[in-house]
Amino acid sequence: MPKFAAAARPALADTGLRRALRGTTAQLRGRAAAAAAEPADWEDLREAGRAIGEEALLNLDVHLEDLERAVTEAGGTVHWAADAAEARRVVTGLVRASEAREVLAAASLTLREIGLDGALARAGVAVQETALGDLAVRLGEDEPSHPLSPAAHRDRAGIAELFRRAMPAAGADLPDDPEALAAAARAHLRERFLRARVAVTGANFLVAETGTAVVVESEGNARMCLTLPETLICVAGIDKVVPTWDDMEVFLQLLPRASTGDRMTPYVSSWTGVTPGDGPRAFHLVLLDNGRTRALADEVGRAALRCVGCSACLNVCPVYERTGGRPYGPVHQGPIGAILTPQLRGVESAAMASLPYASTLCGACADVCPVKIDIPDVLVHLRGLVVDSRRRRPVPPPEMVLMRGLAWTMGDPRRHAAVLRRGTRWARLLSRGGRIRRLPGLLGAWTEARDLPAPPAESFRAWWDRTRA
Amino acid sequence: MRVALSVACFDDALFPDTGRAVTVLLERLGHEVVFPPGQTCCGQVHWAAGYHREAADLARAYVAAFEGGDVVVAPSASCAAAVRADYPRIARAARDPGLARAAEGLAVYELTEFLVDVLGVTDVGAYFPHRVVYHPSCRSLRSLEVGDRPLRLLRAVKGLDLVGLPAAEECCGFGGAFAMKNADVSVAMVADKVRHVRGTGADVVCAVDDSCLAHIGGALSRLRAGVRTMHLAEILAATGPA
Ligand code: SF4
Repeated sequence: MPKFAAAARPALADTGLRRALRGTTAQLRGRAAAAAAEPADWEDLREAGRAIGEEALLNLDVHLEDLERAVTEAGGTVHWAADAAEARRVVTGLVRASEAREVLAAASLTLREIGLDGALARAGVAVQETALGDLAVRLGEDEPSHPLSPAAHRDRAGIAELFRRAMPAAGADLPDDPEALAAAARAHLRERFLRARVAVTGANFLVAETGTAVVVESEGNARMCLTLPETLICVAGIDKVVPTWDDMEVFLQLLPRASTGDRMTPYVSSWTGVTPGDGPRAFHLVLLDNGRTRALADEVGRAALRCVGCSACLNVCPVYERTGGRPYGPVHQGPIGAILTPQLRGVESAAMASLPYASTLCGACADVCPVKIDIPDVLVHLRGLVVDSRRRRPVPPPEMVLMRGLAWTMGDPRRHAAVLRRGTRWARLLSRGGRIRRLPGLLGAWTEARDLPAPPAESFRAWWDRTRA
Repeated sequence: MRVALSVACFDDALFPDTGRAVTVLLERLGHEVVFPPGQTCCGQVHWAAGYHREAADLARAYVAAFEGGDVVVAPSASCAAAVRADYPRIARAARDPGLARAAEGLAVYELTEFLVDVLGVTDVGAYFPHRVVYHPSCRSLRSLEVGDRPLRLLRAVKGLDLVGLPAAEECCGFGGAFAMKNADVSVAMVADKVRHVRGTGADVVCAVDDSCLAHIGGALSRLRAGVRTMHLAEILAATGPA
């Protein structure tokens, strides 16, 4: 995975992507803002969401034990997966045992996170995406750019073109309005739904007291996956646990409004164990750690695990709006991805170290987060970890030399004044007509597209000393 | 009132007019201005870039320079926000409760907060006959929540034609190190800001942070757009026919 700045370049140049994302994010943030303005107690709800999430994480071990007990009592089976490889092994093993050659998958970040597609393909099992956006992304051999609307970077005409090619039954004159596209996808999937014997899904929440998996979605495909197949495999992060149904009352108000601006999402499905004669005969819950306990141990960083996946922060982020999701990596995108991914995978690699810097810290994300995750605070905290991880290098990176040098200079007013005088002389030599058009070294990135004013001969402190002191 | 002026390191070197304008303005309003000579930099750049130890050292030097009880006025929302919002965090990261207490002991105001809330004035007797847009910088908007204080001050300026800026609340893309580390995205963001500014036909863009203005102004200058950037204080300090 490349560093964020490099990965962002192709997106910045892609006019179709820029236009599509601008449209989608503007629409979603407008709807979410209107929906948040409706309930008089919205701020109290956010505070409740924050508090419930925090409590759930602080006592996660207890809630997980409750969850396992409840799932088992309801006839399900719980599997623990310490990392992606273990989760892949568990799921592939279960699919193999069922002898299915095809599984249905319902949009889930955890499935992407564990790289399930590739693992099943290697085992000779085909994965059928069931959500419209995921289907379009899959057909276009593309990467999703938004967790809730994976094809947000593509326009409808492009999606219709993909559907016409892949779904001959839809006809060569399939129009590109959303309803026609959804209908074509539904027809295409219906037969696959009916013959599928195994489905793999994620879960938005896991209710510990009853052992219930809750899936919130707008198209109803995940509901089909929950009800039709014989075997249901649910892969969810351990951070999805919610202690009680009373807590769900809060999240089910927060999530839809923050996410799509709906008062309630069209499909909220909850699934508890197995019921003879109704739905799957086997229910497996794979509980995924994959870096989450490490994140949990970080007092500041663990706030990211409260995320309910509404994607409101993406929709208001000016960086995401211009780059789309891809530069953030394959799984978690936008501001929440920039704080979650480096925690799950460690900040040591250059790509992970670049993610906390993929923000201007403008704070728009924290303003909208329904569970009040202070994303800028976590970004800055992670930047500190990145810098600390580099302090022990035998040869310090140029930026570190610069930043330490500045801090040392500024640590003393007299040193500062002397360096200021010298720096001003140099900078004035670089300028023409009062403007600096090219800076050397690290600072050259500034002057690629922006001038810098030449520093005036007299600094403020020099003026003060001359006129007031 | 005796006011201790806090001048951003950035303004000290590149935009000394801002500090001068605040001095002139506050003296015109009948107050005494002092410039504590021990000040250098509030440390927010180091903090935001991840150099947390260095930020703690600078923060300690800052609180030492401003100790003494005077009201502190910073014509920079980001420096005021650093002391009020970041210092508690810097202190937490450095496990230095003394620093947190010292920061809490400082009464630091961003300029428009000081004028409107402490002095209770919105008409400072300025005259500035130009078409102006106001860019609400992110730190002023979200960390300090200065709200419409700057606009109220601008509306009271004689001769000034204040026009609305589309997508005003969207970040200009500066973000300190972001402008260098993610230069391409940063430029894409400022390109939109500049497009909105030019669409208004304004001659002047003002803000309460010279850092954002350096970014917006740097892009306008490269385009030879014929639009100036000025700190709000310079507009408020300007006078003309009574
Ligand atoms: S971090 Fe907050 S705003 Fe972003 S997706 Fe998660 S819950 Fe939503």
